[in-house]
Amino acid sequence: MTDLAIRTRDLGKRFGKLSAVQSLDLDVPRSRIYGFLGPNGSGKSTTIRMLCGLLTPTSGDITVLGLSIPGQAEALRLKVGYMTQRFSLFEDLTVFENLQFMADIYTMPRRQQRDRIGRAAERYQLALLLKQRAGTLSGGQKQRLALAAATLHNPELLFLDEPTSAVDPENRRAFWESLFDLVAEGTTILVSTHYMDEAERCHSLAILDRGVLVAQGSPADLEKRIDASIVIVEAEHPRRVGKLLDGLPFVQSTAQIGNELRVMIDIAEKEPAQAVRAAIESGGLGLDKCFLTDAGLEDVFVAATRSRRVAA
Amino acid sequence: MKSLQRILAIIRKEVRQLSRDRLTFGMIVGIPVIQLLMFGYAINMDVRHLDAAVADLSGGAAARQLVMDLSQSQIINVVAQASDAAALESLMRQGKISVGIYLPPDFERRLAQADRSAVQLFVDGSDTVVQGAATQLAQVAQRARTSPYKDRPPVVEVRTFYNPERRSPVNTVPGLVGVILTMTMILFTAVAIVRERERGNLELLITTPLKTPELMLAKITPYVLIGLVQVSLVLALGHFLFHVPMRGSLLDAYLVTLVFIIANLALGLVISTLVSTQFQAMQLSFFVLLPSILLSGFMFPFAGMPRPAQIIAEVLPLTHFMRLIRGIVLRGAGIGELAGEMLVLLGFIAVLMTAAILRFSKRLD
Repeated sequence: MTDLAIRTRDLGKRFGKLSAVQSLDLDVPRSRIYGFLGPNGSGKSTTIRMLCGLLTPTSGDITVLGLSIPGQAEALRLKVGYMTQRFSLFEDLTVFENLQFMADIYTMPRRQQRDRIGRAAERYQLALLLKQRAGTLSGGQKQRLALAAATLHNPELLFLDEPTSAVDPENRRAFWESLFDLVAEGTTILVSTHYMDEAERCHSLAILDRGVLVAQGSPADLEKRIDASIVIVEAEHPRRVGKLLDGLPFVQSTAQIGNELRVMIDIAEKEPAQAVRAAIESGGLGLDKCFLTDAGLEDVFVAATRSRRVAA
Repeated sequence: MKSLQRILAIIRKEVRQLSRDRLTFGMIVGIPVIQLLMFGYAINMDVRHLDAAVADLSGGAAARQLVMDLSQSQIINVVAQASDAAALESLMRQGKISVGIYLPPDFERRLAQADRSAVQLFVDGSDTVVQGAATQLAQVAQRARTSPYKDRPPVVEVRTFYNPERRSPVNTVPGLVGVILTMTMILFTAVAIVRERERGNLELLITTPLKTPELMLAKITPYVLIGLVQVSLVLALGHFLFHVPMRGSLLDAYLVTLVFIIANLALGLVISTLVSTQFQAMQLSFFVLLPSILLSGFMFPFAGMPRPAQIIAEVLPLTHFMRLIRGIVLRGAGIGELAGEMLVLLGFIAVLMTAAILRFSKRLD
């Protein structure tokens, strides 16, 4: 077996005229959390569904855990867990009945079922909720139940499609701790998200934009490699300064964060801070501070998706 | 073994969900009972005071005596006099009368002749209740026959309009079994699968090792049992409340019903693979239900239907079930004598199940 959990080459999917995913090359290493970062409609869910054999690709090759997909999708089903975007367990069954149902579907013997369900209940703080109907659980509890159900059969690979959309920050934090526990046990996790703070936690990221892979690498790596300089401006009238800067050719984008402006400058500009200061002053507007800073993941995301918009 | 564990898991889940869905659970028992009582009431309704018209062309005393006898039976109320047979028909068409009594000019002579009937009774056959009245009226009129010809032929010749096949009350109950099963079974399965698709459960299920035939089989099993419960209810109530006989073997009746239930469930599965919302599933179920009721022979005699309608009726499971259940319950036929119809139903199951399994893909595209 290779050390890659997932490998795709030239993967593409069209829905009629819409090209949802285009020539996607992915290399997902084992025992890592690999993130798909992208806005809604960027092809994250479509890609995950192709990887687990739910959608047939229009073009390209997929190998998941050494199996060729979609041809060997049935064999793959025993080795993967899938947590859908929507809560997809049975709301009119109790937590225990849901877990027992999944255990039966994966044809676990009774004794193993008891062990696994007991362990999952403890691990995902479901022990006190076992007799409660799933429909009455809170967002965080539902998500823990979904994760427990998806991992009951100890899958080698776990697909999580926007797992934390309906969850508060505290639960999200706990959820990610559980994911790292799973990785430590050897599970490979592929997670899609549009939250920067989640993307930040992944070992490795693929940024998708309208079906195209625009950047791939670890978050730190991506931040280092960004094709732009970031300048922070503090000014009395940030809205007016922002408008002024947006009109300049070397400014790629501006975003206001509190009283600050975060300005993305073309990498070709050798002295970005000075250039911004000069531009604001010549525009007759005052400013307090203007300095260069390190790029964050959001900057990487904006830069990566923006360059394609300009090109298009 | 693994297959069995998965099938049992789905069945257990379905039963649990059903037992928690009070409305559906209520419908399982409520629909057959309410329908049977509704129809049963209609079947049992006393035939009294039907509006009638008399066309007395003989004008004799015997004719007047007969009309008086008929009125005294309280079955009819003479509300109009007509000049001839055409006028009677016209009154009936307008819905003003349900019964027309036609006394020909030579009524008294006919009464004395042994080989001719003397009175024509026009009956509005579009109303089941009225038909029953004709029989009673004929018996009243029989007394008018002068001896020694008291026995036959009958004095009254009954002409049923609009419904040449005279359906007796008992005929309705076995047919009702088929209608109720068509109504509930197709809808239950179609909705059971579509609901899971709408709620997102199916997206989860298809990523598991669960196989399509396992899912299909497990989905229909609980409903087979529900169908059998419904049949038992209808047949038992029909027997005790409305004295519907069971002339054939009860086992045969259950056997053909079982096959019919599975055919309907398979049809429901096929529908579930064609639609994407519960609303569409309901629409399509009714699309099947209405022709089933109208063309299967439940409402109108099959023989009287035009050829195209008969062809459509032949591809409806209910048509074949109607012949089977009436044959067994009312005529005391055995399954062996009705093997052809049984084979058709089994053929439906084979085709529909295959179609459902082929059409249900474990893919989303």
